[in-house]
Amino acid sequence: MGTTIAQIQTIPLQYYILFCSALFSIGVIGVLAKRNALVIFMSVELMLNSANLLLTAFSAYRNDPAGQIFVFFIMVVAAAEVAIGLALLVVVYRSTKTIDINALNRLKW
Amino acid sequence: MLSQYLFFFLSFVAIVSALMVLLSKKPIHSVLYLTLTFFTLAGHYILLNAQFLAVVHIIVYAGAIMVLFLFTVMLLNLNIEGEFQKSTIMKFIAAIGGGMIFLVLIGTLKSFDVATVGNPELTQIGLVKNLGKTLYSDYLLPFELSSILFLSAMVGAVMLGKKDKQ
Repeated sequence: MGTTIAQIQTIPLQYYILFCSALFSIGVIGVLAKRNALVIFMSVELMLNSANLLLTAFSAYRNDPAGQIFVFFIMVVAAAEVAIGLALLVVVYRSTKTIDINALNRLKW
Repeated sequence: MLSQYLFFFLSFVAIVSALMVLLSKKPIHSVLYLTLTFFTLAGHYILLNAQFLAVVHIIVYAGAIMVLFLFTVMLLNLNIEGEFQKSTIMKFIAAIGGGMIFLVLIGTLKSFDVATVGNPELTQIGLVKNLGKTLYSDYLLPFELSSILFLSAMVGAVMLGKKDKQ
């Protein structure tokens, strides 16, 4: 009986999906609309975090610890990605004196 | 009921601060708003009874990644207001593209029924004991491989950050 009441009172999983899709879309808009490489990195972090939260929600609702382990590994990869990405950004800034990604269009050729 | 109010409050703060990351002109304000977003997400993890992930999230994101971002902004003196902007039409197209992705995600959600089995407030899988058991038995090899990834990332960052001898 107590379980049933708790089941009714809990937050529907759909709300988490809605919230995470909104956060992910904000990240996508940031990547598309910004020219500052630093802000683009932050938007990528937003997208990674929305995926993390959704994995955790599914894992908690389905009572499966594997999802939370995956979130742990995603955090590891995100930390490595930010370290390398910011190091690359510093190198780019040293050579071009800007972090405008339009200055990098010479990488196309 | 309390958890529902907390959920709505945390979601509202997270969405608004995520929008402010994009809307604020100075990069340092974006970094600070992103920190606020990360703290609200840690609140979400606690709400889902995933305490271990909440603590790791605060340590990794607010403690390490945000410090890296702040260091980059301040060391390179990048805190210049609105230096380069995309044209308004490009921003408009980007907003439409992101909105379309949001609509597609919501549409796929509408078309199927999400079956839930458990209640996050009653499950104990988010505690350190249970997660540690899974991590060190089923996922031992990926765990060790991730340490190699970290080592290579560290070596790579040091190598990239070194000044060329010319």
